Amino acid sequence: MTIAPIRRTIEVAVPPERAFTLFATRMHDWWPMGHSISDDPRVGIEMESQVGGWWGQIGERGTRTQWGKVLAWEPPGRLLLAWQINAEWCYDPDLVTELELTFTPVGSNTLVVLEHRNLDRFGASAEKIAEQLRNGWPGVVQHYADFAAGRIECAQPCSSA
Amino acid sequence: MTNALKPLDALADPTRRTIFERVAKRPQSVGELAQGLPVSRPAVSQHLRTLKEAQLVTDQAQGTRRIYRIDPRGIGIMRAWLDDHWAEALRAFQKFTDQEDL
Repeated sequence: MTIAPIRRTIEVAVPPERAFTLFATRMHDWWPMGHSISDDPRVGIEMESQVGGWWGQIGERGTRTQWGKVLAWEPPGRLLLAWQINAEWCYDPDLVTELELTFTPVGSNTLVVLEHRNLDRFGASAEKIAEQLRNGWPGVVQHYADFAAGRIECAQPCSSA
Repeated sequence: MTNALKPLDALADPTRRTIFERVAKRPQSVGELAQGLPVSRPAVSQHLRTLKEAQLVTDQAQGTRRIYRIDPRGIGIMRAWLDDHWAEALRAFQKFTDQEDL
């Protein structure tokens, strides 16, 4: 199974240095509201400015829900992140999908290109779910339902072991 | 997350969850699925339609019957959500940088 990468482009009216800084260090100020993988309302987003750095959200009740990590920190031109939220909407340390941001000068502006790739790696967890279902393990479906109903949150890695 | 939660919402109903689990075990027809369930065959069909809309199951004609199986493209839902999400995130980022520039 091959899933095409997601590619999105936008031009912002600041130079690359500023664009990189605002993107990476002020994420909690601009990240669209209403997108959360935890039922603890998000009050912050943290990204450590180094390779291997923690990236995720901080909840009102103090929970830290990891989204992924920093794979390359190369201001002002490039930021490579690992998006590690699996098909079950949980942080999965074994899953690495790459999210690459490039910041290219266009006059005094910056062209921001976002590419989210290796999406077929989500397939491994999807495949795993299908297999468990075939083997008559209903826990996964219950897990889906609990997640949908907001009865659980994914603050901890919840690989379906 | 609306699109992404669609399959989750679809599975929140216990009867639908049972039907989905049965389909997951092996591909089968509405008639087979309805056997042993305390709901009518039309009700099972309705549940299957909901599961299909949520991209959890897919159907295929086999003679006069329709055989239901797990939809392997379920992953497409996640891609669609991410695609929307990144588009929205970049727009939000652009708006923010505009404010910052003022």
